[in-house]
Amino acid sequence: MYILEREYLAALATLLLGRGYELIGPKLAGGVITYAPLAGIEEMARKIRDAQGPGHYRSSPGEEDVWFSYVPGAASLKPWFNPPKCLVCRMRGSADEFLNETPPVTAPKRAFIGVRACEVAALRMQDKIFLEGPYADPEYRARREGALILAVNCSHPAETCFCASMQTGPKATTGFDLALTEISAKGKPAFLIEKGSDAGGELLGELPVRMATAKDKEAAILVSERAAQQITREINPERAARGLAAGLEHPHWATLESRCMNCANCTLVCPTCFCSTMEDSTSLSGDTAERWRLWDSCFVSEFTYIHGGSIRKSGASRYRQWLGHKFSHWHKQFGASGCVGCGRCIAWCPAGIDITRELAVFEASAPATARETVR
Amino acid sequence: MKSGHKPKLAVWKFASCDGCQLSLLDCEEELLAVAGHIELAYFPEATRAEIRGPYDISLVEGSITTPHDQHRIQKIRRQSRLLIAIGACATSGGIQALRSFARVEDYVRVVYAHPEYISTLERSTAIAKHVQVDFELRGCPIDKYQLLEVLNAYLNGRKPNIPTYCVCVECKRRGTPCVMVSRGEACLGPVTQAGCGALCPAYARGCFGCFGPMENPHTEALSERLKALGVSEGDMIRLFRSFNAGAEAFRKESKAHVRIEK
Ligand code: SF4
Ligand code: SF4
Ligand code: SF4
Repeated sequence: MYILEREYLAALATLLLGRGYELIGPKLAGGVITYAPLAGIEEMARKIRDAQGPGHYRSSPGEEDVWFSYVPGAASLKPWFNPPKCLVCRMRGSADEFLNETPPVTAPKRAFIGVRACEVAALRMQDKIFLEGPYADPEYRARREGALILAVNCSHPAETCFCASMQTGPKATTGFDLALTEISAKGKPAFLIEKGSDAGGELLGELPVRMATAKDKEAAILVSERAAQQITREINPERAARGLAAGLEHPHWATLESRCMNCANCTLVCPTCFCSTMEDSTSLSGDTAERWRLWDSCFVSEFTYIHGGSIRKSGASRYRQWLGHKFSHWHKQFGASGCVGCGRCIAWCPAGIDITRELAVFEASAPATARETVR
Repeated sequence: MKSGHKPKLAVWKFASCDGCQLSLLDCEEELLAVAGHIELAYFPEATRAEIRGPYDISLVEGSITTPHDQHRIQKIRRQSRLLIAIGACATSGGIQALRSFARVEDYVRVVYAHPEYISTLERSTAIAKHVQVDFELRGCPIDKYQLLEVLNAYLNGRKPNIPTYCVCVECKRRGTPCVMVSRGEACLGPVTQAGCGALCPAYARGCFGCFGPMENPHTEALSERLKALGVSEGDMIRLFRSFNAGAEAFRKESKAHVRIEK
């Protein structure tokens, strides 16, 4: 582990930009922090506080001398890896030929800075979905390969965060190239840096770092411990999964139907939701046809449209799909919960629905396990 | 559709402001391309040339507000293979459907010196209330790309890509942070059909509902939220009573607030 004085983070940014990386990091725009291209560290959101709650987000200047006194806001890293709209193929045909004119998938080299533990976990989940299944997605692969992940361990979790109970944060343990913890070292603001990959190690070689002392390491541990203690929301993923599996006809779905607007915001802001639809289009003359992939959602009727109509006709059934997939059958499909506890679906639900509270209802009605019964 | 025959297109106007027809003219370059594939047989805004029906496609703008309109729309339907209603007036009765919430004679008496010359209907209604409509293009005004998409799909015998989900989906796809969540702005996005590309939220304004109700509009849930954001019952009535005041979901929701306000 190494120490980099805070002012030299700019050197890391300059190094990456100089090597032709597009630098993506948290940026404040219109009062909201979101990932955006940065021309340098001075453009990155610093010393900002965010107040988040169900259906609520506000930011304000922070009072402490802490750069990362916020968690990432509106959008996750998802659009940078799984873009909202992308071309799948382009074909051109005439009476005597048929040409595949699909351009090769390319993506700029990108370095992501200020990535939080939940986000790293979400990225690992997306890897599972887009790269590790029987078919790798070329779009995702092009964007993922060579992407640098420079994580920051959270010190100021938002009121909506519950990564601790999902065991994805607030400290990143794997899946990054470098991970930074903001501490005070020898009386100066600094970052304790952990190396997560050879690429990360090589970057460190170019920076004015020194070895971390035992005291520095303790300071970093304390930051993460304090952050974990500040997290107030929680769920019990195992009980929730059990309660949902047993609660397909639970009366609470009707309550949720009465509050949910079917707007799909929750799924679109979720860093692990990956559903898409295909749209076929043509040139006016009909010579060229294109297929586009667009983000879709289980809250959209056409998403389940088959002959005879949409399968999920009621709001209750759509809500059940969202919660049931994410917190229950995702375990079977991908070997983990589909939630990383980032809290985005809570803050960015315009109706202010808080999934941790809704899940508590299903946790409470979960049938006892064999072990619990014996006791 | 690859036959020698160029489909004939007619554009008709009822009670409306012409804005939607102008969207077609606004297509400029694209319009020239369209003209290469479609014959503009009747389009008084664009050309004086007039070709007799029947027509392959009729685009109908405006709402039905007079007995004469009622008669004319039947004639147009008989002359059209495909009838597409375009814009909020043609699909929900338009802003002029506000008359449904009052007595039309009262207006007539106030506005006209000789009310006896006015022949008008009690209500301003959508084209689909009178004849079979094959497709509806929403919006006040319509989005020109959606119009081109419908014509393109027709020419190529495919399904038009016109979504019925809400504005929020477009908002999120373009990466706009929600204005309700981050600014406490009243926004009709969650209950309004997509089509504009989430234009207003991109300029930090709430959605005005130009494209009318989405597929599963849950207006009560939105009203609950607006109330929590401090929107008064009176403002809620006005929110739901604009360009699409006559659309069933918006009409019902606005009435619910009239009851509460009283
Ligand atoms: S379900 Fe909600 S809290 Fe969990 S990862 Fe998705 S957006 Fe974040
Ligand atoms: S839970 Fe909230 S964000 Fe999700 S569809 Fe319902 S109202 Fe929209
Ligand atoms: S700004 Fe409006 S349209 Fe956009 S997500 Fe929020 S509620 Fe939906």
